[in-house]
Amino acid sequence: MSFKDVFQAYNWADVSAAIYQKTAADVERALGASTVTLDDFAALLSPAAVPYLGQMAALSQRLTRQRFGNTMQLYIPLYLSNECQNICTYCGFSLDNHLQRKTLDDGEILREVAVIKKMGYDHVLLVTGEAQQRVGMDYFRHALELIRPHFANISMEVQPMDEEDYRQLQALGLHAVLVYQETYHQDDYKKHHPRGRKSNFDYRLETPDRIGRAGIHKMGLGVLIGLEDWRTDSFFTALHLQYLERRYWQTRYSISFPRLRPCAGGLPPKVEMSDRELVQLICAYRLFSPTVELSLSTRETPHFRDHVVQLGITALSAGSRTNPGGYANAEASLEQFEISDERAPATIADMLQRQGFEPVWKDWDAVYDR
Amino acid sequence: MTSLIIAGKTFHSRLFTGTGKFSSPAVMEAALRASGTELVTVALKRVDLQHQSDPLLQHLHQDNWDLLPNTSGARTAAEAVFAAQLAREALGTNWIKLEIHPDPKYLLPDPIETLKAAEELVKQGFVVLPYIHADPVLCKRLEEVGAAAVMPLGSPIGSNKGLRTIDFLSIIIEQSQVPVVVDAGIGSPSDAAKAMELGADAVLVNTAIAVAREPVRMAQAFAQAVTAGREAFEAGLGSSSHQAVGSSPLLAFLDL
Repeated sequence: MSFKDVFQAYNWADVSAAIYQKTAADVERALGASTVTLDDFAALLSPAAVPYLGQMAALSQRLTRQRFGNTMQLYIPLYLSNECQNICTYCGFSLDNHLQRKTLDDGEILREVAVIKKMGYDHVLLVTGEAQQRVGMDYFRHALELIRPHFANISMEVQPMDEEDYRQLQALGLHAVLVYQETYHQDDYKKHHPRGRKSNFDYRLETPDRIGRAGIHKMGLGVLIGLEDWRTDSFFTALHLQYLERRYWQTRYSISFPRLRPCAGGLPPKVEMSDRELVQLICAYRLFSPTVELSLSTRETPHFRDHVVQLGITALSAGSRTNPGGYANAEASLEQFEISDERAPATIADMLQRQGFEPVWKDWDAVYDR
Repeated sequence: MTSLIIAGKTFHSRLFTGTGKFSSPAVMEAALRASGTELVTVALKRVDLQHQSDPLLQHLHQDNWDLLPNTSGARTAAEAVFAAQLAREALGTNWIKLEIHPDPKYLLPDPIETLKAAEELVKQGFVVLPYIHADPVLCKRLEEVGAAAVMPLGSPIGSNKGLRTIDFLSIIIEQSQVPVVVDAGIGSPSDAAKAMELGADAVLVNTAIAVAREPVRMAQAFAQAVTAGREAFEAGLGSSSHQAVGSSPLLAFLDL
């Protein structure tokens, strides 16, 4: 059994219709529930919940502070490579984009590490495109050995891998794996990923199961907002989360909600999500799961980030560069997408402190990665 | 109020505190001072043990209190033992709050791994304070392997739900030969006072202080509640009854 079996019992059109038919009464029931069910979550996501956004925000804030306290985790991505053999219609790394390709060597990696450490970070997220030959398991094994001594916590956002690969990487000190489904709309997934290994919808859908079986401590889920109807896609994300939490009960979970950003050669988003709608989604996730970590990247604007840290977010990236070598080498090129919040990590930490948060640079120790 | 002795060490305050969830290390330090606590637990995973410049540690190295490193983050006995060894070396204390919660959602402790780890750590010379479910049998088993105290939960960590396990806490307190510290779930000073009235030897409070609107005042409130509850316990609470108890007509025949 895997999530595929659960997924196949649902139909995109039916789920979508159910969400859009929710009424004010459904929303009020969800807001009063002691345990928010998937059906309640659908109501909180629905257009019917819009007039209740203030109430959702207050509840979300209270639940988040109770669970996570007045703290905010900080992490930073480290782009190791922009080589990619996939065609993704929305991504700057897409194979059909003629940009200069770069994979960091040992010296370049260590120069990036030095800059990131100076910023104060102890949590790092390794990112690559999907290029099995150049940036496969051999590269990852080597990179982890090189990077591990410098960080308390290492996450990875790379192509889906086999269970055994995850086991090996965990043994080398990998703590968390982020893998987004992009969209749960099976037919349109194929349109967005016409070629390359990534076009295999099922392999991607079952990746969290492989991560769970391999015993990786934490995994990140999400969809790319802009590809399809975000409400329906987010319902499937919650369905996936619920399934995983029950099956891999020792794993920690986080959710991200990347909104599509402009990039080289990319399509304009099919669906636009407003700031107000993203707030609704963040609060709906928090009410559905008081314990799940909610992460917000520098894709979002400073104005938006400064406000939503109060509403449910528990982790922020700051100072990000999305091009390989971008920290040690300031020229902005080869990037995966444009970032919106270019403020330095220290500036973000000041903002958090002014709002009554303790910025947490370290919340893990390699002692637990054995 | 009598003093509390754990593993030969005397405590005048029966309020133990945690260090998580505060808005800043400075607020944390002020609240800990206000609480009058003498034992402060700190998560190993939060601190940078290689650098004593860690802001959290800088605020915690005080004469007012002892540090009780905890193994939060450990999912197995092996991980917890390794973390305890690291803590002993880095922080120079053989006291350890043993926390093994493989369940990241409710952070409920694993009884089997905890017992295994406690036995091993005692052998290695640690003063072991295990965080556990309010399970009276497990408490006796931990006592047998040499735990210096037991720390049963009132309700899930951070829930502020109070003493949901009160019936089992009563049994544990009644049976225990080692100090009983009620840990987790205490959400208000009245919860703390109630635990102390029951006869708990101490309580450990974190979330309720850290996320209060005014953490320093809340810490003071907890200090007062713990003292009041303990005084009440030592003074001997009168028994309560739903019905008035008069002289029994059942025995009237004896007077005839």
